[in-house]
Formats: sequence, C-alpha cells, structure tokens
Amino acid sequence: MAEETFQGDVPESHSIDASNVTTSERWLYWVAGGAAIVQGLRQRGWGGMALAFAGTGLVYMGITGRSPLYRALGFHLVETTGGPQRLVVRKTMTIGQPAHELYRFWRKLDTLPTIMTHLESVDVLDEKRSRWTVKGPAGSRVVWDAEIVNEDQDKLIAWQSCDGSQVDHWGVVRFAPAPGDRGTEVTIELEYEPLGGSFGAALARLFGENPEQQIEDDLRRYKQFMEAGEIPTIAGQPRGPDRLSLRRLGAGRTAAFVSSAAAESGRPLPAAGGAS
Amino acid sequence: MKAVCWQGTQDVMVDTVPDPSLLNPRDAIVKTTLTAICGSDLHLYNGHNPTMRAGDILGHEFMGEVVDVGSRVTEVRPGDRVVVPFAISCGHCFYCQRGLWSLCDNSNPNAWMAEELYQDSTAGLFGYSHLFGGYAGGQAQYVRVPFADVGALKVPDSLTDEQALFLSDIFPTGYQAAEQCDIQPDDTVAVWGCGPVGQFAIQSARMLGAARIIAIDRFPERLAMARRGGRVNAVNYEEVDDVVECLRDMTGGRGPDACIDAVGMEAHGLGPAAWYDRIKQTMHLETDRPTALREAIHACRKGGVVSIPGVYSGFIDKVPMGAAFAKSLTFRMGQTHVHRYMRPLLQRIEAGDLDPSFVITHRYPLDEAPEAYRIFNNKQQGCVKVVLKP
Repeated sequence: MAEETFQGDVPESHSIDASNVTTSERWLYWVAGGAAIVQGLRQRGWGGMALAFAGTGLVYMGITGRSPLYRALGFHLVETTGGPQRLVVRKTMTIGQPAHELYRFWRKLDTLPTIMTHLESVDVLDEKRSRWTVKGPAGSRVVWDAEIVNEDQDKLIAWQSCDGSQVDHWGVVRFAPAPGDRGTEVTIELEYEPLGGSFGAALARLFGENPEQQIEDDLRRYKQFMEAGEIPTIAGQPRGPDRLSLRRLGAGRTAAFVSSAAAESGRPLPAAGGAS
Repeated sequence: MKAVCWQGTQDVMVDTVPDPSLLNPRDAIVKTTLTAICGSDLHLYNGHNPTMRAGDILGHEFMGEVVDVGSRVTEVRPGDRVVVPFAISCGHCFYCQRGLWSLCDNSNPNAWMAEELYQDSTAGLFGYSHLFGGYAGGQAQYVRVPFADVGALKVPDSLTDEQALFLSDIFPTGYQAAEQCDIQPDDTVAVWGCGPVGQFAIQSARMLGAARIIAIDRFPERLAMARRGGRVNAVNYEEVDDVVECLRDMTGGRGPDACIDAVGMEAHGLGPAAWYDRIKQTMHLETDRPTALREAIHACRKGGVVSIPGVYSGFIDKVPMGAAFAKSLTFRMGQTHVHRYMRPLLQRIEAGDLDPSFVITHRYPLDEAPEAYRIFNNKQQGCVKVVLKP
C-alpha cells in the first residue's frame, strides 16, 4: 500500500516490499528446507530427489522471504514494527450515487448488516463508538467495539477496534467523485491480524472464506442496494431434486432430501470450473 | 408446480417443485401461459456449462399472467399479460441507463463467479446456469421475475401468445444482430445458421433494407423457411465445395457487406478444421467450435461488419485475426439488450410487418419437455422451434 493513502487517519504507517513472509517464518523455512535436502540426499532415488527439490524451494523462500504460494494466493502481509503479521485488503468499486448519499448510509453504521451479511448487528454506542457482532461457527458470536478515528463529511470514514477487543483491526472507506455522471468511486481498506496468522489466512482462502472476496462482496451489495434498491438473490427460490443423488442415497432417505433440496440455500457454489 | 429441471448432460425431467414466492420488493410472480426451448438451452442440455446443478429449472423464453407483485412494482399489476426479457436488468446502473441492458451490474447474485471467468459480471439470466445467477427459469408453471418493473412488458390482447412470446429473446436477438450490421441500401448480408435466431436475423435484415440476404445452413427445411419473404438466396454448405468461395462468387468477388454468425460455439462443419475443433473440444482443450466465425471473417468484404449473436462461452482456436485486422472488419457481439427492442418490435408485430410465430414447428405440453428437447437437439422431424404449454 502506498504510504500517502494512510493520510494519518490510521495508526503508524507500514511498508510492504516484495517479501511476503515474516521473519519467524523465514527461519522455519531455513530449518525445514535444510532438513528436507539432507533427508532427500540420504534417501536417493526419485522420492529423495523430489524431497531435496522441495527442500531447495523452502530454502529459497527462507533466503528471499518470498513465498510463491502466498503470492499465488494474492497475499500482502505486512510486518509492523515488533508486532504480529497483519493482512491488508483493499477493494474499490464505482457506485452510481452521489457521495453524500453513500456517506450517509455508511455513517449510520447500524444499517451495515444489510450489505455485510456476515454481520449480525452494529449497535451505535455513542457519537464515535459502536459495537459489532459477527456470527461465528456453531452459533458462536464474535463481538468487538470499534471507534471512528477520523471522518470527513462525504469523503472518508476511518475506524479502529478499541483496545482489548477480540478482533484487532482498522479500516477506512473513502468516497471520491467518479468522472462525469458515473457516481462515486468507493474504496474500502482494511488491515487486520488474520486468525491463525498467514497460514490460517491461506487456509481460509482455500476454503472460500477469503477476506478479499468478502470485502468485494460487501462492496458489491452496497452498490446493488444503493443503485437498484435491493440485493439480488436466489435464496428461497424453488429448485428440482437432484435425481442422481437421490438414486445414490436410496429410497429411504428420499423424502428428507427432497424437502432440503426444494429451495436454494443461497450459499455460493465453489468456484466455476472455468473455461477448461 | 411443474417445472423442467436439468439433471445432467442430455437429461432433463419434469418435476414437481414448490411454487415460487416474492423474495425482493421489485419481484413479480408470473403464471406461465407459453414458454419455449431456445437454441442456447441446448448448450446447457449438452453439458457445456460447468455451473449447472442437478435440479436447476430451465427456460428463459416465457410469457404469462402476473399473479403477484412486490411492494415496489408499480408498472405491472396482477392480471396483466406480460412477456419477459431473458436478461434480468435493474434499470438503474451505468449500463441499464445507457441501454446496455444485458450488461447490468446489479442482477447477478453470483457476480463473483462471472468475474472469475470473464473478469466482469453481466446481467443475471433466467434458467441459464449459476454463472449467470442461478435464477429458476421459465419452463415452469410459475416464475419469479426480479426487477419486474423494468422487465415485464404488457402485451395487447390483439396479439396471441405465439405472436408475442419471442419478444423475450429470439426476435430481439435476430434484430440486434441485423441492426449491428449497419445495413445500407444495396447491401448483401450473409447469415450463418438458420435456426430460430438466424431466421429472425434474416427477416430483420430485410426489414432494415438489405438488398439481398444469403442464408447458410445444411437442413433443407430451415433453408426453405429462410426463403420466406423473398430476397434470400440459400446455400447448403454440404452441397458446395467451399462456403467462402461460394459467397465470393455470389457477390461479384467482393464478399458480403456484413456477416452474421448465428451459430456460435457448437458449430458443425466439414473438413479437417471442423474435426480439429471437435477433437479439441472433446478433450477440453478448447471450449467452443468457431467454424462459422472463421468463415464469416474470411468471407466478409473489406471494411465490413461481423455480427455475432451466436453464443460463445470460452476460448477458441485459429481465429484469423490477421485477416480481420487486414480487412478492417468491425466486430459486434454480445447478449441481446432485449429491453431496448421489445416495444419497437411489439409495434412491428402489431403493424403486421412480421408474425414471429412462423418459426414454430413443434408444440408440446410442458410434461413432454424431455421429448421436445431430444427432438430439437437432434433436429429431427424438421424441428426449428419448440413451444411448451404448461
């Protein structure tokens, strides 16, 4: 992230270089890579060669601090001075509404669960502070308090989690006029500490719980709601039974399956097979 | 209700499913009175779209009676007889505001999926895979119509269902294909594919003043249908050595002024190039078979227009870009902006310029949809267009 974008509305600035692996991880790669090479050379044969090759890759990551895996997954990890690794997500979209309309919607805060579907609620505590509740797995809840640290009418809202929160993050949403009558360019930027570090973030991403995608989806719902007045959905529409699965399941469980298959769950599908 | 559900490659079934309900304030529920199978449904039928799921309700050409509307729908009321565009458009985004309805920003709930494949998401479509939103389609007794206030068009009583139905897709699609050709008096327009869209492209090219239309297909009954109305030469590509040479001969060596590819990704053809595409598509090395597109590029006169209403989904090989560049061709393509054409074309039908029901060759009850799909897909019994009555 370019430093000028922070504009002093967030805590101390951070820098990103080509490396995307933290120092502790780099030591880990050195050790694991070295061990793999030694073991590979001992084993000999194709398996040994493969192991040594993999070890070389790990050592490379240790030396350069660049993980091709993280890069392929699109991670930008920043290392704060002495702090844990953090993840920065930035998304931008043009919304065909004037900035003041968009600003007004966002600043109310308690309407944000309309567009951020993972949020259960946002309760406004006072002029600056609000309480955010997120639905977790198995009925659990994650709650934290956030504070607006900077606001500039119709231009910018920046917030930060309060000290001692379960979730440690800051975020900023910016509103800039788009060319002509195209509305407003809205940019969201979030920085947070991923649960389970970078490895946890990579895992989450592989299983579709990808924060970048989530921010983009939130931004898109914001656009849809502000432009079209509603968020398109198929959740709850009818669908037919999956005959093949029914045959596989056997007749005994047919009825239950039909009723569960009767309406769209609204859950997204795994990624499209693409144009393979 | 009864609905035509996709189950797998060349496997559709009529199933009993729950009735649809209003899910959003701009929704309407339409009781289907007539629906059709589109040539593009056959791409789904033949398993070319990996985002179909067993149980998906098919169909994007339908019309009927409004039976329920959401709180924000004011343009139509229960009791209205309407025909509905196949693309779902919000009416308010950058693209809808500029008449590019099929590029709507806000109607695809699975926009992320389309972005993975095409970098951008376009409008949601009825009954056309999860890539385009996963909306339940119109080959059913009832359909939920999102953004009904901008989509559903009221149909006057003077028109029959069979006359109005094709305003949902193939008439506007053929018309847009011809309009994109920027037809001038004395122009010759060549049309690859005399399926329903090709038929409407031919009729529209005549309405727009083309001096001559050359229709290309391999089925005599389709070529015969194409000849109705006059000013049409038919070319059966199985009976000529080389389509491009044949077109050159017919146009004094110049080539057609505009070429319409109304075939798309599942082109049939002859010779090594056609086999090359078939093998590559079967091995998933190529998603689409662009035989017609290649011929259109080669045949088109210098500075002419290649208009592509035929659907392409992915990647194609050996497209003669060099020839297209050298000849300064203009390419026009994309899903039809149906909303833009519905009203003017409705007036054309009312004025008697064209009766769209001429393409219908087969009529079935909805229950017999599996048989209808089979016959249409195999082009048996002279089948050009099938309508289904719920």
